Amino acid sequence: MTMNILFYILAAVMIVATLLAITEKHPVHAIVYLVTSFFAMAGIFYLLCAPLVAMFEVIIYAGAVMVLFMFVIMMLDLGHPEEAQRPAFITWLVPLILTSLVLSSVVSAAVFRTFPGGSNVEITARAFATVLFGRYGVAIEIISMQLLFAVVGALYLGRKGGGK
Amino acid sequence: MTPDLILIAVTAAKIAIVLFAILTLAAYLVFAERRVLGWIQDRKGPNRVGPFGLLQPLADLIKLLTKEDFRPPAGDKWLFYLAPAMAAIPAIMTFAIIPFGAPVTLFGTEIAMQVIDLNVGLLLFMALSSIAVYGVALGGWASNSKYALLGSIRGLAQLISYELSMGLSLVPIIMLARSLKLSEIVNAQSGCWFIVYQPLAFLIFLISILAECKRIPFDLPEAEGELVAGFHTEYSGMRFGLFFVGEYINIIVLGGLATTFFLGGWHGPVLPPVVWFTMKTLSFAFFFIWLRGTAPRLRYDQLMQLGWKVLTPLALVNILVTAWWLVLKG
Amino acid sequence: MTIFTDIKAILLGLWTTWKHMLRRPVTIQYPEEKRQPSPRYRARIVLTRDPDGGERCVACYLCSAACPVDCISMQSGERENGRRFAVWFRINFSRCIFCGLCAEACPTLAIQMTPDYEICKRDIMDLLYEKEDLLIDGCGKDESYNFYQHAGIGVAQRRGEGAEEKAPVDVRGLVP
Ligand code: SF4
Ligand code: SF4
Repeated sequence: MTMNILFYILAAVMIVATLLAITEKHPVHAIVYLVTSFFAMAGIFYLLCAPLVAMFEVIIYAGAVMVLFMFVIMMLDLGHPEEAQRPAFITWLVPLILTSLVLSSVVSAAVFRTFPGGSNVEITARAFATVLFGRYGVAIEIISMQLLFAVVGALYLGRKGGGK
Repeated sequence: MTPDLILIAVTAAKIAIVLFAILTLAAYLVFAERRVLGWIQDRKGPNRVGPFGLLQPLADLIKLLTKEDFRPPAGDKWLFYLAPAMAAIPAIMTFAIIPFGAPVTLFGTEIAMQVIDLNVGLLLFMALSSIAVYGVALGGWASNSKYALLGSIRGLAQLISYELSMGLSLVPIIMLARSLKLSEIVNAQSGCWFIVYQPLAFLIFLISILAECKRIPFDLPEAEGELVAGFHTEYSGMRFGLFFVGEYINIIVLGGLATTFFLGGWHGPVLPPVVWFTMKTLSFAFFFIWLRGTAPRLRYDQLMQLGWKVLTPLALVNILVTAWWLVLKG
Repeated sequence: MTIFTDIKAILLGLWTTWKHMLRRPVTIQYPEEKRQPSPRYRARIVLTRDPDGGERCVACYLCSAACPVDCISMQSGERENGRRFAVWFRINFSRCIFCGLCAEACPTLAIQMTPDYEICKRDIMDLLYEKEDLLIDGCGKDESYNFYQHAGIGVAQRRGEGAEEKAPVDVRGLVP
């Protein structure tokens, strides 16, 4: 019961914050809304017995990615973003189509399929790690190789007199 | 009463006690810092208000509360108002996961001396400390002042960099304790403190938390010689006070965490556990103050080099060595 | 290895501050403990008298002219015997910077500085010291100095009675 109430509150916060993040003109405000939405999402993950995912959501998305975005925005002179024009309707068209596709599939899935009820067993760090590094070990290796490439590339671009 | 209600009541009581203790401690840490810095500089420090100046924090509070609450008109109003809270609240919240004493049995139920014992306690600490960056960043940005902006950009870069080495230095601890739960980390140290196995990790963690609380020698975000007061230049009155107290709460919390991770938490002979925990935590606070009276400020490039080129690689090597050691030990 | 020298430097600094922590503070707790400044300390200004009890000041305006912040003002007058004096003499201590130039300029050593540094008033107008407030009953630092013994011939004493003054030559006499 309490869980349900908490879930609806968090879900409402998340949807409202995400909408505001999309419609807000000022990038810094948008980031603050987005971080709020991430927090609500982390709360929902926690309710779903996945505390590890909840924490990673906050550490990685709210704590690292958004901070880097903010860093870049603060370094740039944006002028007056509040006075910017909203995009014309035609530019909304493609996102609208995509959104409606996603929404309709979600709704149809919710209507036509039954899901096994969420288990109340908490996913521990150990279980998570066993699956991640056991079953999906190869995927992890590939992703880490990719990250290594990215690091090497960044080093190459960032070295003194580099990037030419 | 149902067990649920009892649980809620006990937790609420614990929260109240911890909040009260931590706020009082933070206020007196400010006072202690001024006294100790005074001694270091052959002065006496504040000793006028009350016996030995013990009422000084109260006088400071009254002063801060009665000052004008100024807001730069060109700044961002709501973010400016919000930022001090964003800086202080994560620090206070982190204390919820720290076990500050051995569990006691009261009326037949065991009560953990810890507000909440999360399964992912250590990760919660990482999450909250990564959130604390927003207070610094938004506060400086919303002030619409070049000093504040420079301070907050420095703060951002510094906090992100040192969070990395802080997190990596904790991985060996997780490997040794085989848990992310703070109570289990403490229990794993009942025989031997982790500082014995992991002196290097302790050193890295210590330097990183110094940078995380923006203390000398890592006080570049508020370097008063160059940036007036850094990210809180434009703040006054109680909003400044919140930033200020937040910094000291951060010192206590990070000292408590260092105690939990490396110095065996509340374990200790003879004295009651809570006393041991407090003593260890306060010794960290004392060390921070002592270092403030000693060290000069780093240059910005030195700060970045120390973080990225020394501490992070060292922490990685440390993880590797610990892993090999654990594997060979079987 | 620079890292060892760095670590040594930090430890040395910590050791130094530790020693200072245990040292006795040098603080003087002011209102309770007071420091006795040296006699040459430059604080509250006084006007002194010569050993005979007469006012030393001859109202020559030299101090007023020397004062960089123009805080001395006076009005000169002359007594029947030809001795000059200040009718009124005023120092505005709210402007005075205690530089001591007035004391140096004074030819009669009348204006002098004392070690009394506690001149605070709630009302700034109280810092306006008049001649009555400034004039003291002693000679100050140079007890034996008497200006009119050296200068002002024939003003305060008859001719030939000054300290370094020879008796006037008797132009009518034959003795050299
Ligand atoms: S105090 Fe000295 S300098 Fe000033 S007017 Fe008198 S004699 Fe002249
Ligand atoms: S001490 Fe200096 S400032 Fe003061 S009255 Fe004398 S000359 Fe003027």
